[in-house]
Amino acid sequence: MKGTRLHMTDVSGISTPVESARTDDVVRLTAAATAAAIAAGELSAEEATLAALDRIAKVDDAVHAFLHVDAEGALATARAVDARRAAGERLGPLAGVPLALKDVFTARGMPTTCGSRILEGWRPPYDATVVSRLRAADVVILGKVNMDEFAMGSSTENSAYGPTRNPWDLTRIPGGSSGGSAAAVAAFEAPLSIGTDTGGSIRQPAAVCGLVGVKPTYGGVSRYGLVAFSSSLDQAGPITRTVADAALLHAAIAGHDPLDSTSVELPVPPVVEAAARRDIRGMRVGVVRELAGEGYDPGVQAAFDAAVAELAGLGAEVVEVSCPHFTYAMAAYYLIAPSECSSNLARFDAMRFGLRAGDDGRAGAEEVMSRTRDVGFGAEVKRRVMLGTYALSSGYYDAYYGQAQKVRTLISRDFAAAYEQADVLVSPTTPTPAFPIGDKVDDPVAMYLSDLCTIPSNLAGGPAMSLPSGLVAGLPVGIQIMAPAFADDRLYLVGGALEAALDARRGHALLDEAPTL
Amino acid sequence: MAITRDEVANLARLSRMSLSSAELDALAPQLEAILGAVARVAEVAAADIPPTSHAVPLTNVFRADVTRPSLPVADVLAGAPAAEEGRFRVPRILDPEE
Repeated sequence: MKGTRLHMTDVSGISTPVESARTDDVVRLTAAATAAAIAAGELSAEEATLAALDRIAKVDDAVHAFLHVDAEGALATARAVDARRAAGERLGPLAGVPLALKDVFTARGMPTTCGSRILEGWRPPYDATVVSRLRAADVVILGKVNMDEFAMGSSTENSAYGPTRNPWDLTRIPGGSSGGSAAAVAAFEAPLSIGTDTGGSIRQPAAVCGLVGVKPTYGGVSRYGLVAFSSSLDQAGPITRTVADAALLHAAIAGHDPLDSTSVELPVPPVVEAAARRDIRGMRVGVVRELAGEGYDPGVQAAFDAAVAELAGLGAEVVEVSCPHFTYAMAAYYLIAPSECSSNLARFDAMRFGLRAGDDGRAGAEEVMSRTRDVGFGAEVKRRVMLGTYALSSGYYDAYYGQAQKVRTLISRDFAAAYEQADVLVSPTTPTPAFPIGDKVDDPVAMYLSDLCTIPSNLAGGPAMSLPSGLVAGLPVGIQIMAPAFADDRLYLVGGALEAALDARRGHALLDEAPTL
Repeated sequence: MAITRDEVANLARLSRMSLSSAELDALAPQLEAILGAVARVAEVAAADIPPTSHAVPLTNVFRADVTRPSLPVADVLAGAPAAEEGRFRVPRILDPEE
C-alpha cells in the first residue's frame, strides 16, 4: 500500500483520498470502509491487521483493553482473506476487518478468563457460536479484551487482571462490564468489538466511551459459548464507532442456533438496510418520564434534550410516555441476576476446568472447592453469589426472587403500554459521564446506579442501542433508543438518522474529539 | 434489614466459599446495604401478578435425538486441573472417618 493513492469510502459515501499508508489512517477507518478498501484491493487484510496490532503495541500499555493478543492467529486469518480475494472470491461485508472479542466467549486457540482468576490460563476446547459466525464472516479476531469478572460490574475495575482505562481520560473508568471492548474501539485498536449486556454492559461502556453499542433482542444472538452470568438476561451484541458498523456486525452474529435452546427461530431483522435509510418522518418517539430527574447529571440531560430536539427536527413525533415500574427495575434486577449467577457459577467447582487451590492430598473435594472459590473469585462475584443464595433461600424466596419476577412482569407491561403510544422509546443511556477509577469500588449500591436506564430492556427482553449524544465537560454521554422485541431494525433506523444529523450539526464524528493517545 | 455475621458465614458455606474472617466482616454491612436497596420490590402491589422467569416465552424446545461426536477427550482434559487415565482426577469425595 506504500506510495499508492487510496480512495477509501466512508459510510456516508464520501470518498476520502489517503496519500500515505500510515497506520494512523488505517486504524481510524470504520469497519465498513476497511472492508470496502480490502474488497477493492486498496488495502490488504494483512495491512489492516498489522495496523491494528501496531496500534495495540503503541497504546495498550496505557489503556489496558487487551488481556490476550493473538497476533499469529489474526495474521493467519488476514492472509487467508487476502489469498481468497486474490483468487477472485467474493468476500463478505466484514471480511478482513479486525475485531476485539470480550473475554467471556470461548474461542479455540486463545485463553478464556472472564476476567477471573478462577479461569486463568484455561483454553476452551470449542468455539462459541458468535465466534464461529465471526470466523465464517472472515472477521479477524485480534484477541480477547478485559471485562468485569464474569461480567459483573459497570467499570471494569472488577477484573482480576487490573482495570481498563477510558481513552477519553485515562484516570476514568471505561464503563463495564464490556469496558475492554469499548476502550479498544475508542482507542482505535479495533473498529469492531463484541460485548455482552446483562443489565447494560454493552450500552453503558459505549455511552461513556463515545461509541455505538447495541443489545439485540433476547434470543436474537446465540449464547452458546458465552460463559453464563444471568441466563435469562445475557445477550451478546456489537460495540462500534458508527451505526452502520454495528448493523453489519449485528447481522453477522445474529440468527437461530440449535445449540442455544433460548435462541429464537425468526429471521434476523433487516438492520443493515435500516441503518442506511435515514428517514424517520412520522415515527413516534416516546421519552420515558421516569428516566430523568434526581441523580441525572444536568449535562447528560441537556445532551439528551438536544438529541430529542434533533429527532423532532427530522420529522419524528415526540411524545412523553410513563413507565411507572421502571423505578423498581434496579431492585428487581439485583435480585434476579444474582440469583441466576449463584446457580450458574456453581460450575466453577475446581474439578473439571480452571483453578484448583488447596488440593494437598488430605482435603476432600468440598474443602478444595471452597478454598478454590475463595481465592478464585473477586469481591463483587462473592457478593452476588451470596446475595443470590440469600434471595433463593427458603423463607426468603417469595419476598425477594418471587416478588422480583412479578415486578419483571409489570415492567414488560409498562413497555407494552408505552409501545401503544410510540414506535421507539428514548432516555439517557447513563445518569452520569464516566467517573474516576476507584470512586465507587467500595460502594456497590452507588455503582449499581450506573445501570438505572439500561436494566428495563434486559428484564423485558427488547433491543436497545446507545448512541453518542454529546460531551459533558469533555466526556462523552449517550442517548438510549429502545424498541419492542424483534424490532431491532427500528434502533438502526432511528440511530442511523440521528447519528447523521448530530454529526452534520457538529461537523464531524464525536470520536474525532477524543484525545490522541 | 439487619444481616448478621453468622448469617453471612452461613451464606458463604452454602455458596462453597471458605471466606476469611476479614472478608465476613467486610461483607456483612455491604450485603445489608444491597438488601436494603433491593427490598424496595416489596413496595409494589403484585399479589395477583404472574411471575416472569424469562423474556421469551419458550417451552419444551426439542431437537432430533441423533448421535454426534463429542469433544475430543484429550482436548477437554487439557483444561482440567488434574487428569489421569482419560478421566478427571478429583480430591476424595468421601470422608475417611465415615
